Amino acid sequence: MCLAVPGKILEIDPSDLLMRTARVSFGGVVREISLALVPEAEVGGYVLAHAGIGIGMVDEEEAGHIFEALRQLDALEEVEG
Amino acid sequence: MKFVDEYRGQAEAERIAEEIARITTRPHTLMEVCGGQTHAIVKFGIDTLLPDAIELVHGPGCPVCVTPVERIDLALEVARRSEVILCSFGDMLRVPGSHGDLFAAKAAGADVRVVYSPLDAVALAKKHPDRQVVFFAVGFETTAPAHALAVFRADQEGIANFSILTALVRVPPAMEAILGSPKCRVQGFLAAGHVCTIMGCGEYEPLAAKYKVPIVVTGFEPLDILDGVLRCVRQLEAGEARVENAYTRVVKNAGNTHAQRLLESVFEAGARDWRGLGPIPDSGLHLRGRYTEYDTVRRFGLPPVAAVAESECIAGDVLQGWKKPHECPAFGTRCTPEHPLGAPMVSGEGACAAYYRYRREDPARNSA
Repeated sequence: MCLAVPGKILEIDPSDLLMRTARVSFGGVVREISLALVPEAEVGGYVLAHAGIGIGMVDEEEAGHIFEALRQLDALEEVEG
Repeated sequence: MKFVDEYRGQAEAERIAEEIARITTRPHTLMEVCGGQTHAIVKFGIDTLLPDAIELVHGPGCPVCVTPVERIDLALEVARRSEVILCSFGDMLRVPGSHGDLFAAKAAGADVRVVYSPLDAVALAKKHPDRQVVFFAVGFETTAPAHALAVFRADQEGIANFSILTALVRVPPAMEAILGSPKCRVQGFLAAGHVCTIMGCGEYEPLAAKYKVPIVVTGFEPLDILDGVLRCVRQLEAGEARVENAYTRVVKNAGNTHAQRLLESVFEAGARDWRGLGPIPDSGLHLRGRYTEYDTVRRFGLPPVAAVAESECIAGDVLQGWKKPHECPAFGTRCTPEHPLGAPMVSGEGACAAYYRYRREDPARNSA
């Protein structure tokens, strides 16, 4: 349960003044993720998300590797619900 | 015989395995402390690629598995209150307490909900001001920031009907407990990459120096794990004991400093019991200062719960690397994922569940 899942930031919501949130696509499954701890995150970037928050950024190639490795471990239920 | 399923960079993996065999001159026992790594090792048979002299033992890398029975009992007690909505991650619902699990409590009418994030529980509390929303907070340093953010948010917004029942734990004190045991077999560690994404590598320096063990920050893909093993063995063969970051693609040496600052403002380290390991100093994350009012135990005035004796589950022996899951007399017979005696058989990242899933019908693989 400690594995973070990479997703692509589709859109950042400007309305929440307390903390930045974004719509993030995890292989097509879209979830709302807090970007409070990754201020460097931008639309189009890949965020490593865990339990609803971004904890780090990775590049597109690494995001692809991690996502595929998680799929092989059946460890994507966190985002696929 | 080849047990390995398909994964990225298989040819490269075999090359690394050959290099490990080439440089190994004596036996070494390495421990990983990440349920994701354990799962990958067992599923892809990483251990079967290694020379006989290298043994991988599976440490307490699954936070669900190390949550003590008495914390589950507290969650059950709170969940049964009519005003309470108890939320947690899905894995927690089937972990057995002294009398049943949260799934059974839900079936009996308790309002128990699986949510994706502690932030979802804060939103739920906002939506139901007449109820008490409790998040059963389980996880390592990777998961702790989400809980810290939820408490911070509830505090900022004045959401007084939200609290967390915390069973959050820190990995380095557990590694120290294992290293400090007179029965310790571990000579080198693979540290968990995604834990270090938050905390960085610095926390491990004192451990490597004090106990003279190499600690290699490692990812969870098969190639990463083999690379972590290679670097660990290289250090052991050279008589070195350093912290090495083998997962720089994801882990910065300093970690995520924003997350660290948030954790420090919301939590403080304190003693915590680990299932199978007992009490470990400084291993728990407890709410601090003004945030203690979001502590479920304090909110409900819950009395302290005495430690509960384990059933015949040998989780402690497994989590310290003294025994492998299949060496437990109950493995696969009286203890299965459907009817678990202990937590390592419940979670998908538990060592027992991984052995059951991938190796039950192929015992030859266990002797690798």
